[in-house]
Amino acid sequence: MPAFDPNAKKMLISGNEAISLSMRHCNVQFAAGYPGTPSTEILEDYSELGGYAQWAPNEKVAAEVALGAAFGHARSVVTMKMVGLNVASDVLYTATYTGVDGAMVWIVADDPGQGSSQNEQDTRNHAKASVCPMFEPSNSQEAYDFFRIAVQTSEKFKIPVILRMTTRVDHSKSIVVPKEELPAMVPNFERNIAGHVMVPGFSKPAGRRLRAKMDEMEAWNVAEGPNRVEMRSEDFGIIVSGISYHHVREAAPEASILKLGMTYPLPMQLIKDFAKKFEGKRLMVIEENDPWLAENIKAAGIQCESKFDPIFRFGELDVNRVRRIIAGDRNPDPVPVKGKPPMLCPGCPHRSSFAMLKELDCIVSGDIGCYTLAALPPISAMDYMIDMGAAIGMGIGLRNVLPREQAKKVVSVIGDSTFVHSGITGLVEAGYNRPDTGHVVVILDNSITAMTGQQEHPGTGRHLDHSPAYKLDYGAIAKTAGFDNVYEVNQVKEPEKFKELVKEALEKDELTLIVAKSPCILALKSILAWDKANKEKAEKALAESEAAAKKNGNF
Amino acid sequence: MSVVNVKFAGLGGTGVIKASDVMAELVFEQGYDVKKAEVHGMSQRGGSIASDVRFAKGEEVQSPMIPTGEADYLVVFDETQVVVNEAFLKQGGVLLTPADIDVSKLENVKALNVAMLGKLSKHFDFTVDQWTVALNKLFAEKFHEGNKKAFMLGREG
Repeated sequence: MPAFDPNAKKMLISGNEAISLSMRHCNVQFAAGYPGTPSTEILEDYSELGGYAQWAPNEKVAAEVALGAAFGHARSVVTMKMVGLNVASDVLYTATYTGVDGAMVWIVADDPGQGSSQNEQDTRNHAKASVCPMFEPSNSQEAYDFFRIAVQTSEKFKIPVILRMTTRVDHSKSIVVPKEELPAMVPNFERNIAGHVMVPGFSKPAGRRLRAKMDEMEAWNVAEGPNRVEMRSEDFGIIVSGISYHHVREAAPEASILKLGMTYPLPMQLIKDFAKKFEGKRLMVIEENDPWLAENIKAAGIQCESKFDPIFRFGELDVNRVRRIIAGDRNPDPVPVKGKPPMLCPGCPHRSSFAMLKELDCIVSGDIGCYTLAALPPISAMDYMIDMGAAIGMGIGLRNVLPREQAKKVVSVIGDSTFVHSGITGLVEAGYNRPDTGHVVVILDNSITAMTGQQEHPGTGRHLDHSPAYKLDYGAIAKTAGFDNVYEVNQVKEPEKFKELVKEALEKDELTLIVAKSPCILALKSILAWDKANKEKAEKALAESEAAAKKNGNF
Repeated sequence: MSVVNVKFAGLGGTGVIKASDVMAELVFEQGYDVKKAEVHGMSQRGGSIASDVRFAKGEEVQSPMIPTGEADYLVVFDETQVVVNEAFLKQGGVLLTPADIDVSKLENVKALNVAMLGKLSKHFDFTVDQWTVALNKLFAEKFHEGNKKAFMLGREG
């Protein structure tokens, strides 16, 4: 059950919870995603509310299955964190050309301040570059409402739409009053080859249609979009979107505000009209991360002040920082007292793995997950980390150029969920462009997507709702890709065996995969409970079918 | 009245989020506008964690985050986290730490967060029953009895 009562008339819920509820109330038929902080809870909550949701191997596949559903006249959703959009962007940049037949909302969660991300990229750039309409809620009620508007706009204009969230909006709780349900759509196949097959002959006119659609949508956004003008001071106006709205209201309660809810395509006429009121007076744009609004507004010939980017484009905004932006304070941010950094849990299997890799003085090409914490002192045993799946490719690159004695020390280390996400093609690369020294890949298989809060994936043998699923065999993939050796070992129970395996593998000029399998200690209890429940369910179903067969005399 | 700001802080696993959820639920049920901020993700791996609850009647709470120097109450569940968070406390604000509780009388050390809520409760007019309703809503039934004791230990101790 979700952590809130979905039938209440008024509720205190997070932005993510609000979206999951809005998905139910909008009768979304299909939702897919890949876990990523701060977006993860949306699909989990949606599933607990009775919606159909699935984890995909990665964001690109999630987007593709959701797009297929939207082609089939369904309402679909795909969720991801902002770096996931890089993986899925290939889908987005052409899905805007085709548009959709049902509705499709891309929920993309940015992480200003990098609470749990490898970079601080701003999804608004993707929206503009891919020509994808975008909404930016600033609290839970707007997350609920804007999701609905996103669905309706997607349906009306037949185009995928981005709901751009940020960590604060995802994870802060505020009050939501829900609305009535939207009637469900009826999935149906309709042939439209020229509209759905993006060969150049069909794609060129589609690109022109898309730009024409944006003109229409901008006019709609000016007339009916979820934007509002709040007139107070006649001398000071601020243009704002997303969470910054609330910081601004608190930091400058006297200021007039143009609050933008739909930020692509921008309602430029609305902005011009607002700016006109402050000609010769003070007009500011206040936004988190990139100077995205400011650049677009200035490019339209509107004079306005914006934040001092060498300081304020980094990190989250808050009330104090907004006060400083308004005051023109260009001093560096005060340095907060450093808290205790997160670390690997006591008893975590990753500790055993990295202690050994350190002992063998390996050059570790690492990846994304809890184990990335092994790069920090006192372990300090990871040398590279860039993006999901990169451990394997980077390891092969290093093996190719380093002097032999260094190349022989390179190990690619990757978690189980990350391996499924983007590591498989790395194995294919290793088999195809085999380095002279071979290579050693270690999958740290803790049997769950631990980092984001214990989500299932194709290697766990369970679906998003923990029901049984086909379980991927990593060793079989490696063999097919051309690996010479595949081993499995529990590195916690048999540390000496693990060490010997890695040592031997490093000595050979062969391709070796070692699956170091030991479950996440935080997830172990849940894993056992899920497996037990699935086993009992299967036994019960078997007993029931046997009884039925007996009764019908078919036994 | 103006916005009341309560900041909870501690280390991952000390019940920071839960305590802030109880406070937020309590004031929500009493008809206040309320916002609650927290950061997930790395938090469960033992690092510093804080959660802000802001509430008001008759006016809207804007930012979900308490600005530096504006917390009316700073409730810290791990002494090491006082220095990390004290800049948030306003001049004359109330700081509560585990030192304010007779921890030896706690039947379950995990209920320290609930005992701290009991201590905090003395600064508000909400009744014990109102607090209990919020606590019971946020915790599984098997904890209700123990929570009540821990809460009263903080409130009366």
